[in-house]
Amino acid sequence: MLAVVRDLFRHHLEFATGAILVGIVVAMALLSLVSPYPPEVAWVVPPDLPPLAAYPMGTTSRGQDTFWQLTFAIRNTLLFGLAVALLSRLIALLVGLLAGYLGGPVDRALMSINDTFVVVPLFPILVLFYFVMRDSMSWAALALVMACLGWAYDARLIRSIAMSLRSREFTETAIFSGMTTREIVTREHLPYVLPIVFSTTLNNMNWSIGLEVTLSVLGFTSISTPTIGVMIYWANQHTALVAGIWWWIAFPVALVVMLFIGLFLLAVALNEFIDPRSRLTRMGGGAA
Amino acid sequence: MAGYGSYLLKRLGQFLLVVVVGISLTFLVTHLTPIDPVEQTIAVAAAFGSTSPEAIDMLRRSLKELYGTEGSLLEQYLRFWARVAVGDFGPSLSAFPTPVSELIGRALPWTVGLLVPATLISWLLGNLLGGLAGYWRESRSLRFAGVVAMGLHPIPYYIVAFVLLVLFGYVWPVLPLSGGHRMNLEPGFTLAFLSSVLEHSILPALSLILVGVGGWFMGMRALVSNVVNEDYVVYAELAGVDERRILTAYVMRNAIVPQVTGLAMSLGAIFNGAIITEQVFGYPGIGKLLIDGVHAGDYSLVLGVATVSIVAVATAVLIIDLLYPLLDPRVKVG
Repeated sequence: MLAVVRDLFRHHLEFATGAILVGIVVAMALLSLVSPYPPEVAWVVPPDLPPLAAYPMGTTSRGQDTFWQLTFAIRNTLLFGLAVALLSRLIALLVGLLAGYLGGPVDRALMSINDTFVVVPLFPILVLFYFVMRDSMSWAALALVMACLGWAYDARLIRSIAMSLRSREFTETAIFSGMTTREIVTREHLPYVLPIVFSTTLNNMNWSIGLEVTLSVLGFTSISTPTIGVMIYWANQHTALVAGIWWWIAFPVALVVMLFIGLFLLAVALNEFIDPRSRLTRMGGGAA
Repeated sequence: MAGYGSYLLKRLGQFLLVVVVGISLTFLVTHLTPIDPVEQTIAVAAAFGSTSPEAIDMLRRSLKELYGTEGSLLEQYLRFWARVAVGDFGPSLSAFPTPVSELIGRALPWTVGLLVPATLISWLLGNLLGGLAGYWRESRSLRFAGVVAMGLHPIPYYIVAFVLLVLFGYVWPVLPLSGGHRMNLEPGFTLAFLSSVLEHSILPALSLILVGVGGWFMGMRALVSNVVNEDYVVYAELAGVDERRILTAYVMRNAIVPQVTGLAMSLGAIFNGAIITEQVFGYPGIGKLLIDGVHAGDYSLVLGVATVSIVAVATAVLIIDLLYPLLDPRVKVG
């Protein structure tokens, strides 16, 4: 396993770039553990100072140290992405494996529901959700709702793999040796789809973090929990750009863009690693 | 022809399912949360000092039917559908007493006019460049385009729009940042008005295109690099068929088919992006209407926009699905 990671790091530019970017972001999030200030406290440092040695990323108009505030924001954003991704994986795995293994009418029914969730524009529904919840909106409620809405695309991918597994010999053997559907799906098929599940997790994190940032920037989440979007929201509320406090916006945007590109590159690298055809193309230098 | 008929029926069924599930989701969201908005909203409306009791009554009636918690959940659900089916969301609170449907009707052409060209441009551009990049894998400039596409694709619409706003607002102010047209112009089919509309749509469209192109580019590049290795392409090359002809008629023609399905599947996400771009650039479409509605506490408007969005996206997907057999003749055979 370690050897694989090392080889990927050496020979796969996308993987190396992605790993470094995500590494920086995670390190930043871990720094929140040693922050000298609690996240919700304002007016602890002089406001509106530009990036200096004392405050490497300057201070905000709310008297917060941008650097340490950013460590909390990115930590919450990352945790949000992880929570949504893990929860929605459960639904995606359940739907994908069952539809792929059972086939027939179950497959058709599940896939029509699946395609519906792919097509329905979720943003207006999330906005409506905020509108109804208002002040009772919380970080966890949003994560739960987004997990319930964001599984469909990946369920289809998992289904296509499960379908090809169904016709393999070991599945027949399992059936004839008396394994139940639940056993076959979880013990025999699950290990095969795990690599693709891992790569969809990364993409799903990008999706949910992107939506979270967007909703927060508009002020449609609980704005007391610092996330990257909430940070930009406060900066906009204080018209940071007009006032020339660019560091309040530039650093969160730069950090979250690093996260998006990093996660995406890792997902691409993983996909290529999983698919032997593209690995061969890479080794053969593109010649067929 | 039998294959085509059953295909049509299946797509129509899927369309209805999207509409029903989407609108049921909005119903669930509005009814399963513990907050009752009707009296809250009425109180706000009354506080505006509206003089017309009939209009207030209309508002109360439509709110009760749309979100009312009287009767069983099934009754509520049926009443909700009765309203939604005819597009009657009652009067809007923030633009009292203009009906919500009229506000949406005014905003919808702006959104369609922004979204359709931007989507088509990014789809065509992404597929064209991606096809070329998949066919000429050694080309340096196309590889560079690939890196750019990869870097832009994962960034959410909001961030791209925001960066464009900063670039063209503070760094290089040449384009209008906000609104749908110049304020002093009378709307109409005059050259001055149309060119001002075009000018105002450049930045919102650009942010949609910048994010959109990357996905199509990478998808098409991967598809084309697979098709290029097919036996019939190798055979055509050996037979001395013109390279451009191989690329367009042999390779891209086949690789484009899954990309059409992809377009239908990603319309919902593109629509989400359009809502956000409109808000960033103050573009007078239904995205801005939605966000403004939330800020104004206009329940009917928010619900109306959400519902219309679902139906509109489902219809667009249906149109693509109906055009699909033109590209993929296998559908007709069944």
